[in-house]
Amino acid sequence: MIEHTFLNGQELLDICHGEQIPISEAAILAELSREEMDRDEIMREMSLNLEVMRESIRVGLEEQQISITGLMGEDADKLMAFADYAVMGQEMTKIVASAMAVTEVNASMGRIVAAPTAGASGILPAVLIQYGDAHDLSEEQLIAGLCNAGAIGMIIAHNASIAGASGGCQAETGSAAAMAASALTELRGGTPDMCLHAAAIALKNVMGLVCDPVAGLVECPCIKRNAIGAANAVLCSDMVMAGIESIIPFDEVVTAMRNVGRMMNPDLRETARGGIAATPTAQKIAEKIRSFE
Amino acid sequence: MSISLFDIIGPRMIGPSSSHTAGAVRIGQVANRLVNGKVKAARVTLYGSFAETGRGHGTDTAIVAGILGVDPDQGTLRYAKLLAKEADVDIPVFFSSEEPEHPNTARVYVQGEDGKEYTYIGTSIGGGRICVTSINGMEVSFSGEYPTLICFHQDAPGIISKVTSILALEKINVAFMKVFRSERRQGACMVIETDTPVDEATRRRIVNNVDGITEACTL
Repeated sequence: MIEHTFLNGQELLDICHGEQIPISEAAILAELSREEMDRDEIMREMSLNLEVMRESIRVGLEEQQISITGLMGEDADKLMAFADYAVMGQEMTKIVASAMAVTEVNASMGRIVAAPTAGASGILPAVLIQYGDAHDLSEEQLIAGLCNAGAIGMIIAHNASIAGASGGCQAETGSAAAMAASALTELRGGTPDMCLHAAAIALKNVMGLVCDPVAGLVECPCIKRNAIGAANAVLCSDMVMAGIESIIPFDEVVTAMRNVGRMMNPDLRETARGGIAATPTAQKIAEKIRSFE
Repeated sequence: MSISLFDIIGPRMIGPSSSHTAGAVRIGQVANRLVNGKVKAARVTLYGSFAETGRGHGTDTAIVAGILGVDPDQGTLRYAKLLAKEADVDIPVFFSSEEPEHPNTARVYVQGEDGKEYTYIGTSIGGGRICVTSINGMEVSFSGEYPTLICFHQDAPGIISKVTSILALEKINVAFMKVFRSERRQGACMVIETDTPVDEATRRRIVNNVDGITEACTL
C-alpha cells in the first residue's frame, strides 16, 4: 500500500493532485495508512461524531442550557429568535447561533465532539450541519466535510498547536475556523488549493488572538468566540469561492501562527491572568466562583 | 504523521474541557479499573489548575464519575455525586493549594471491596489524555490507554523475563514496557501495557509463581 501521509499543506496538495482526489479522501487514506482502522470503521466512527454534533446543536437550541457557573446559557436562543431581522441573513444567523448553542451545551456539561478542542467545538458542526441542511447535503457529504476538516487540523496540530495553553485562542477557534472554512469549500465544489486558501485566510484573520477565559472557564469569551469563528469560516469560504486567494500560502501562515503562539506571554495562554480575564468585572466573577462549594 | 484524524475530530465527550473534564474522568477510571469496578471508598485531592478552576469545569464531578466507572462521553457524568450517594460509596473531593509539578494533577486513594488499597497520582496532559505518575509511592509513567499490568517486585535479575514468559504462554502481546525502581536492589515496579487484557488467572499465576513479585494489579 502506498503511504499517504502528509506533514504539511504542500504534501497534502501533492497527494490530492497526484491522485486526483479531494482533501477528504486524502485524509481517509492517511488514516488508513496508520493501519488501525479500515475504511468502514473510519466511516462509522465519523458518522457517530456527526450524530453527536447534530444532537449537540439540537439540544443547545431546543433545551435550556445553564452553564456550571450560571454565567451563560441562553444567548444562542436569543440570536436564533432574531434570525429574521439579522443583517447577516437567516443562513448565517443559524450557523452562528448553532456554534454558540454547541458551546453552551459544552459549558453545561452536555455531550459534544471536540473539534479540534472542546472550547472550539461549536464552529465545525455549526458550519457543516447548518449548511448541509440548507442545501440538502447527504450524510456521506457531511462526513467528507469532517474528514477534510480533520486533515487541516492535523497539519496545524503537527506544525503549530491546537491548544489554547500553548497557542492562545488563535490555536483553538482559529484552527476550528480554518478547518470549517476548508471543509465548507470542498462541499461547495472548491478545489483542494481553494480549501487551503480558505483555511489560510481564516487563520490570518485571527492571528494573535489570545486565550483569556474569565475565571479560567470555557464560557466567557469562548461562546461568543465560537460565533465569530463560525462567521470567519463562512466568510473565508465565500471569499475563496468568489475567486480570492490568500497571498501567504497556508503552510507559511501555520508557521507564523506557531511563532506568534511562542511569542505570546503565558498570561495570554489559558491561564486566566491576562486579556478579558484580567478585567475588574472578570476578577469579580472569578472571586464569586471561588466562593462556591 | 503521528496524529490521527480522530485526535482532531473527537473525542465525543461531556464538556466543558478535554483536560479538566474528560481527562479527569480518565484519571478517576484508573481507580475503578484497579479494583475491578468494585469500589468501596475513595478520596480525591485536586492540585494546581484542577484545584483552582475545577469547580467551574466540573473536575470534581468528573473524577468521581470516573471512579464509579462512567465514561467521558456518558450523559450520567454530571450526576456522578448523586450516583455515588445512591451506590453508598463515599468519595470526598478536596481542593489543595499546594503547587504540583504538573498544573492538572489529582491524587486518588481507592479501596476495593476486597480491602485492597491504592493511592496514585494522575495528571491530565491535554486532549483528554492522562499520565499516571505514581502508584503506591512508586514513581511510574503510563497512560491507561492500554490494558496495563503493574507488578511490584524486588529489584533482582530474572524477574522480568519470568513475567514476560508467562504473558507469552497466554499469548498476550506486550505493547510497551517500563521498569522503575526506587533504589538499586530495593523495590521496583514494572508497568506492562498489553494489546489484550491480562485476566485474573494470569495475574494470580504471576504473583504465585514468580519469586520476588510482591504484588500485581491490572487495569
